[in-house]
Amino acid sequence: MFKKLFVIAIVAGFAVLLWSYLRHYTERTTLNDLSTYYVDNTAQEIGAANVVTAIVVTYRGFDTLGEVTILFVAASLIAMFLKSMGTEKSRNPRPASLILVTAQKLLFPLILIFGVYIFINGHLTPGGGFQGGSVIATGFLLWLMANPDGHAPKGLLNTIESISGFGYVAAGLFGLALGLGFLDNRFLGLGTLGHLFSAGVIPIIYSFIGLKVGAELSNVLHHLNEIQNEE
Amino acid sequence: MNVTIIFALLLAIVTVTMAVAVLIVKKIRTAVLVSGVVSLIASIIYLLLASPDVAMTEAAIGSGLTTIIFFYVLNKMRSSDV
Repeated sequence: MFKKLFVIAIVAGFAVLLWSYLRHYTERTTLNDLSTYYVDNTAQEIGAANVVTAIVVTYRGFDTLGEVTILFVAASLIAMFLKSMGTEKSRNPRPASLILVTAQKLLFPLILIFGVYIFINGHLTPGGGFQGGSVIATGFLLWLMANPDGHAPKGLLNTIESISGFGYVAAGLFGLALGLGFLDNRFLGLGTLGHLFSAGVIPIIYSFIGLKVGAELSNVLHHLNEIQNEE
Repeated sequence: MNVTIIFALLLAIVTVTMAVAVLIVKKIRTAVLVSGVVSLIASIIYLLLASPDVAMTEAAIGSGLTTIIFFYVLNKMRSSDV
């Protein structure tokens, strides 16, 4: 009874807060100053056709580095905790159905290629490193569903993760060394707007981020799969 | 009112109904599945609101990975006698 009253009071509080926001809500018909700057100057300054990518990788590149770091710390902690529970016990997972195994053989490479396509074209079309990486992890998840006791190439995943994390920071520092600023994309030449090889170093950085996110999330899923059916 | 706005409103109503259903439903398995569906419909709403970047993340992580991670943890909790 008391608990329910408490919940109702919290919901009512949120309603009051949101109501005061809703009362003054008017739809915006123009962009604000910052958005106008991004829309007007992205094509000349960054050379990326996708404005969101230009903001994420270059204008707010330091925030993206922070996000990648958070993901790295989370994946490391999961690996640490799940490893200490003891591996190499007898596992007898239920075998996957024939339909799943057969469909996985066809879909797994296609999903991987689609993920790579998303992060390589991140500066041209919607999507980018995080999206492509999570699509790759979804493909790996399908593989894990079809092969519950399969051994993933853990060393390969860890190597990809380390190299791409190092490459991302190295690309940022390279811009700093050339006197442009940390994570500046212009030291490679901007190319023609809308071409695959354009926007300076953005495609390279986004490929590193995509590989890193894909390998990290796949590692997390593999760790979670390993501890199933242990007892 | 054009068709897109009506479609988005319908999707929004369905999303809110599903979100309330997550709280009410008795079985945890059903609640996890329904919360996955909430993310899936939310990704369509993001697409209608012209932010395909967010929609892709929501579809892959919200409805794909999170649902399966919840199932992994549920399976682990049932097999160990907590």
